[in-house]
Amino acid sequence: MRFLGLSGRTWVIAIVLILFALLAPLYLLDRFNTIEFAYVWTFAIALIGLNILTGYSGQISLGNGAFMAIGGYVTAILYWKLKIPYVLTILPAGLLAGLVGYLFGFPALKLSGLYLALATFALALSASPVIKNFGDLTNGHEGIVLPQAKDPFGIGLTNEQWLYYLTFVLGLLLFLFARAMLAGGTGRAFRAIRDSETAAAASGISLTFYKTLAFGIGAFYAGIAGSLVATVTAYVNPDSFDLPLSLGLLVGVVVGGLGTLAGPIMGAAFVVWLPNYAQKVLDKPDIVYGVTLILAMFLLPQGITGGVYRLAAVYRRRRAVAHPEEEAALAVGQQAPPVAEREAGGG
Amino acid sequence: MYLAAASVVQGVVQQIVSGLATGGIYASLALALVLIYRAMEALNFAQGEMAMFSTFIAWTLITQLHVNYYLAFAATIAISMVGGVVIERVIIRPVEHAPPLTVVLVTLGLFFAVNGLAGKIWQYVIKAFPGPPGFPQSAVSVGGVSLGIQDLFLILVTIILLTILYAFFRFTKLGLAMRSAALYPDTSRLLGVRTGWMLALGWGLAAGVGAVSGMLIAPIEFLDPNLMQPVLLYAFASAILGGIENPAGAVAGGFIVGVLLALIGTYVPGARDLRLAFGLVIIVAVLLLRPGGLFGRVHLARV
Repeated sequence: MRFLGLSGRTWVIAIVLILFALLAPLYLLDRFNTIEFAYVWTFAIALIGLNILTGYSGQISLGNGAFMAIGGYVTAILYWKLKIPYVLTILPAGLLAGLVGYLFGFPALKLSGLYLALATFALALSASPVIKNFGDLTNGHEGIVLPQAKDPFGIGLTNEQWLYYLTFVLGLLLFLFARAMLAGGTGRAFRAIRDSETAAAASGISLTFYKTLAFGIGAFYAGIAGSLVATVTAYVNPDSFDLPLSLGLLVGVVVGGLGTLAGPIMGAAFVVWLPNYAQKVLDKPDIVYGVTLILAMFLLPQGITGGVYRLAAVYRRRRAVAHPEEEAALAVGQQAPPVAEREAGGG
Repeated sequence: MYLAAASVVQGVVQQIVSGLATGGIYASLALALVLIYRAMEALNFAQGEMAMFSTFIAWTLITQLHVNYYLAFAATIAISMVGGVVIERVIIRPVEHAPPLTVVLVTLGLFFAVNGLAGKIWQYVIKAFPGPPGFPQSAVSVGGVSLGIQDLFLILVTIILLTILYAFFRFTKLGLAMRSAALYPDTSRLLGVRTGWMLALGWGLAAGVGAVSGMLIAPIEFLDPNLMQPVLLYAFASAILGGIENPAGAVAGGFIVGVLLALIGTYVPGARDLRLAFGLVIIVAVLLLRPGGLFGRVHLARV
């Protein structure tokens, strides 16, 4: 019972989850939480892109917030200068960010591991001063106020619900696109490069083509996410895209689980929710954030997703000891659980 | 005509001197980065935040507890060194042998934690940090070039710091043990060097050197929890420019970056706000054109 590479059970789970996500804002979530989830889906998009870049093609980036800045400012400037509505700017935002990311991929070709971390760190720090410097275009420190996004179809959605559905549907589409790409030849090339550049090149995989492509795709996703952040917040300023944003993206993708499909979604929830809870408990979220990251690296080097798989494996082993015949029957009909593919890219 | 040319020269010399002064600050932090890189081939992204935290300790000592400036300076270095050793033992040790990316992420965690802690203790409000007493904020004129007295103080401190570190590594047994532990860890361990503790000591030294850079820049830039983020970028640029494994190179790199930024900031119109982006340009350009830095060696890897 397999369809499009998924078992029947996985299909059921996926459909239930999607239905749940579609119905939640109508029946379960209040206005505040609806917007929070819109941010979760938005960050999930940025993290899927970063996961393709870092988790699958093995190139670390501490600077994807800069690509989000490009996306956010494309949307803001097109509205501010030309009054183009945000819906029409989402794709151009992604494309321009993707182009810049693709071009940044060329110098990045020569850098690996720590040096790439360093160069992208510098990229993250440079974004905000560069934006401030071109004040004619970006309105400098003051930033650009955007109109509140409204349900364009007039089907009675609140503003929050509309933003939720917009980000969720885009997120789902981009997730499916990433999934299809990673399952195919491009994904295999990325993973081959991540695991051994020399072996990949020797097998005829063009390092230049695929590594710059990964940068371009990662930046494309970041640009879309940046455009959506600008739309959801209805405001951009240079400090919306500061260093902590870039670092937070990396934290999210690592804590979620590098090189796993579910990782970015877990990571997005972590990045959006943790600071909120930390704010309530301790009133300074950064401490909790930092300590959690350090503890995660000690305890869950493969991220939440890797941890869940590990727990599942332990549970299965225990059950196999308790009920060997039942487990044997299950094992025949079912694939082994995918272990998080690698604990870390780069290096 | 002649006069105009002379004043241009004076202006340039003035900028070079003030560039050397701030360059000394970048050099100190770059040196801290190099100390850790040599010890464990990792970049400490929290180095700047640790220096910021040290600077707040110095600020508390001087302005709240009214300790003498120079005494507070020395005490802060000592406290920071202990703090650096503790951080290495508690936070870095568990990932000592993990892939470099894991270490990077742990230092990023440290970055957030230290920044947040400083914000919680001292708030995100800028504070004035006193300059060194005995070095007024005025200038002396030497041959028509006016030199800031505090600039001279900065250069002086950097030179003293370098001399002490050089002497430590070159002439003491402990310094020799640290060098050997960094270069040949296995052999050193066989010969009885406690390499784990040498690494901790490296972190301690780096924290102390970083504290100096923080205390030097704070009177110029005002003190707040985000004080050291630009400095860290310039320090990275300096270390890369000089060769990340070469302490003397990193110091030279610091001075070069300081002078370049001072000249660009003064003579390129509208470039003052873009100085951070120049840090990026320096890093990428050096890594592409001369990956070993000006004074470093290029490593070849066997595959």
